[in-house]
Amino acid sequence: MNMKRRVFLKGSLASGMVAVAVGAGILSPRQVLAAWPKNAFEAKSVNDAMNGLFNTDLAPASDAIKLDAPDIAENGAVVPVKIKVDMKGVESISIIAENNQTPLIASFNLAANTHGYISTRIKMGKTSNVIAVVKAGGKVYSARKEVKVTIGGCGG
Amino acid sequence: MAKSSIKIRAKIKKGACEVKSLIKHPMETGLRKNKKTGKIIPANFIQEVNCQHNGKDVMNALWGTAISTNPYVSFIIDGAKKGDTITLSWVDNTGAKDSAEGKVS
Repeated sequence: MNMKRRVFLKGSLASGMVAVAVGAGILSPRQVLAAWPKNAFEAKSVNDAMNGLFNTDLAPASDAIKLDAPDIAENGAVVPVKIKVDMKGVESISIIAENNQTPLIASFNLAANTHGYISTRIKMGKTSNVIAVVKAGGKVYSARKEVKVTIGGCGG
Repeated sequence: MAKSSIKIRAKIKKGACEVKSLIKHPMETGLRKNKKTGKIIPANFIQEVNCQHNGKDVMNALWGTAISTNPYVSFIIDGAKKGDTITLSWVDNTGAKDSAEGKVS
């Protein structure tokens, strides 16, 4: 609690505008949590996840998306994934692992001044295609790559 | 104040600012069992990560259970200057949250 108040106070000292923004940032989790697309994240199939997130399961493949993941992941609990998108107006980058129990892994919404680039680490239950789904200019594109997993990382 | 769960670095490279962040979090999927008791370990994972540059949203991530334990994320923003403030915050499915601030270097 203390820390949040401090952040808020700092913001209001700097300028009214910043205070409003920071305040909104702190207050937003409740609102944003409501927006956490439960259907999409709990979906058991790629199509359901896509529909939950983008209202469509069609995502044409695009060469402008560069999906960088290992060919063979020794440990499925930590699979580094890098996605680079060479497009204008990238709104979001989502990561899906086809054979995971719940395929949708994450969705990153990017502001206009953010590059089409995300690097993170994901868990994979077994060998599967990793799909990068990119929303740019209101359209949805995808790229995929197979990652072989020797030890699963989803427990069970 | 407890030690922050977030490590954040922002560095300017070739005119763009690369933000790198490491969060300490168990990221339990809710599928794993405790080997001794056989009970399922309840899910505990980060659902939302928000990053702001000088108080303006630059990245807002929605996460499921399949992000690795102690998540790492990096991305690149344009128009950041040395000394700018980068704020990163997360909220998990139990309502726990944390935030941290870093300066662009």
